[in-house]
Amino acid sequence: MKDKLKLLILSGKGGTGKTTVACAFIRLADSRAYADCDVDAPNLHLACRQTSDPMRKDFYGLKKAYINRDNCVGCNKCYEYCRFDAIYKQGEVYQVDPFSCEGCSVCEFICPARAISMIDSVSGEIMLYRSASVFSTACLKMGSGNSGKLVSAVKKQLYENMEKKSNIIIIDGSPGIGCPVIASISGVDMVLIVAEPSVSGINDMERIIETSRRFGVSIAVCVNKYDTNFKITKEIEDYCNKVNIPFIGKIPYDKRAIYATNQGMSIIDIDCPSGKAVKEVFENINRILDKI
Amino acid sequence: MIIAIPVDENNEKTLTCISYGRAPYYLIFDTDSEKVEYVQNTAAESAGGAGIKAAQILVNNKVNILLTERCGQNAADVLIAGKIKIYKALHVQAMTNLKAFLKGELEELRDIHPGYHGHKD
Amino acid sequence: MIRLNIGQTIRKSMEKNIIAVLSGKGGTGKTMVSVNLACILPGAAYSDCDVEEPNGHLFFKPTQLSEKNVDILIPKIDREKCTGCTKCVDFCKFNALAYVGKVLVFEEICHYCGGCTIVCPEKAITETNYNIGKIVQGFFERTKVISGFLNVGAISGVPIIKEIHKQIKEERNTVIVDCPPGSSCAVMESIQASDYCILVSEPTIFGAHNLDMVYRLVKLLNKKCGVILNKCDGNYNPSEDYCLENDINIIARIPYDSELSDINGNGKIAVKESDLYRGVFQDIIKEIEKVLS
Repeated sequence: MKDKLKLLILSGKGGTGKTTVACAFIRLADSRAYADCDVDAPNLHLACRQTSDPMRKDFYGLKKAYINRDNCVGCNKCYEYCRFDAIYKQGEVYQVDPFSCEGCSVCEFICPARAISMIDSVSGEIMLYRSASVFSTACLKMGSGNSGKLVSAVKKQLYENMEKKSNIIIIDGSPGIGCPVIASISGVDMVLIVAEPSVSGINDMERIIETSRRFGVSIAVCVNKYDTNFKITKEIEDYCNKVNIPFIGKIPYDKRAIYATNQGMSIIDIDCPSGKAVKEVFENINRILDKI
Repeated sequence: MIIAIPVDENNEKTLTCISYGRAPYYLIFDTDSEKVEYVQNTAAESAGGAGIKAAQILVNNKVNILLTERCGQNAADVLIAGKIKIYKALHVQAMTNLKAFLKGELEELRDIHPGYHGHKD
Repeated sequence: MIRLNIGQTIRKSMEKNIIAVLSGKGGTGKTMVSVNLACILPGAAYSDCDVEEPNGHLFFKPTQLSEKNVDILIPKIDREKCTGCTKCVDFCKFNALAYVGKVLVFEEICHYCGGCTIVCPEKAITETNYNIGKIVQGFFERTKVISGFLNVGAISGVPIIKEIHKQIKEERNTVIVDCPPGSSCAVMESIQASDYCILVSEPTIFGAHNLDMVYRLVKLLNKKCGVILNKCDGNYNPSEDYCLENDINIIARIPYDSELSDINGNGKIAVKESDLYRGVFQDIIKEIEKVLS
């Protein structure tokens, strides 16, 4: 396998087992460089227990507007022009709600009294763990937007800090199809979609496949908890065949998986059915990656 | 002509940067003066649209040729409109790619990956 | 579990309330809870604010559908008036514009702030509609179902969530709001108007970790809340520990049940398929009523 191949794990629907699969792969591949791009709800650090504390840095998103009360003349223009409902009146003057502010700076431009400036705003925290491997992760401050930028920062931090001769790079993605997902797809070699055999699961899988296709990355699909619904598992497999996407395996529902994760272990660290199945999925994906 | 390559560091031994839009620097080579310069890529810090802003930087620097491993659709739109030709670089030292290009050994970049969808004219 | 008679109904004592269902972690059962609560409360409406991956409509399969497009305003350049000054390109904080002999607009990156139209000294920029998604309203029996759909490739569903909330404000009965996972601005937007928040968690360390995030968000907005512990398996439950440590009201414990998993997995509504779950959700409603009265 070419070195430094990047594998991203997505799902569309939340809760299908991305992080559990990512952690298993990290262990199986002995990956020395991995990242958690689910910055809204990062969990990989819990699944892949780290042996040391990380380096932490505040992460600055877009600058946000700040109104200086002393200079504000209460003319209402900022309120009129703000499209994000981020300006509100407080007594005689106006103030900015930093949670709603998108950082467009229209209010700064329009203010006749020069009462508005754009200031640095901490929108999250980015962490780097270093041991035998390099693990990059971050956490978005609640209520923040701009998760795409933080996702890009997590990837950049990983690429800048990993050993030059790193083998496969594994990235745990987030649910959904929006900005953070799009930011995580950019530049990866392959996307593995972990699908769940339910009506919601297959619906969301189709949307994330559609999103991923726009980026021309290779895509593969596996089904987790397949034995909770054989009919829909088959529908997923048929769908993949129809759209020419490799269907690379099925992992059974396994109570032992929860036990392993809660103890900070991977499913491949204990003797369990899901651990055996994920090894096969891993071998199948390696075969595809070898051809890239 | 002026050739640009996205790079990891601002020195001669630098590797080509795999990300064009968020590369920390661009190596700029002028074939007339035979000088090498390094330009900081201010687009790298962008929340979004980094490729677009990076393309704008190259257009503003009057670049004619870009050597890159990959490129997104939106950035390509700007580059093509700015008459910048894009060639496929390999993941090796930037100077190796530059020499290969000057010898005519690099091919034009064909697989432009879709970024955000299209643009309005 | 106490079995209730099928004929027994919930007193319509709950006045109009907006109840948001959120979780932090995906896949804990937000939609299952939201759909079933909306179904069991007479006259209630269900609204799906998880516009990236909406699922509620798969359960309700609503009819009498009416659709409404959600558009944002993006710039349109008048090439005749444009002098190439690039003030618009320089102003745009999102890099949605570039200048290469003419101005290029990248509509999917545009954050529709209107800034470029204001800064252009030649008034060469006007605005035009750009569709980012839609809201579909329909009915399942007497439950009104409002679902938001974000177009694939669009970056943010917040404008759709805002539109949905305009509709919710017009409703006279209780509305159950199915929120997106996480604790980002989309979630915040989904819970702004709520009177009560139900946090759904699962017995894993991931679940507990994300419950903490979402609980802090809810507290930040001063919302009354309670937790539903879902998929309980009788073992160590880190989410339950979290609730006990932080004195958070646990409104229900739903055991992991393969029957419920099947019903849900097949897109069916538990309170319609099972007396047991009808009872479970009626109890949940009663708990919430107690808190809200």
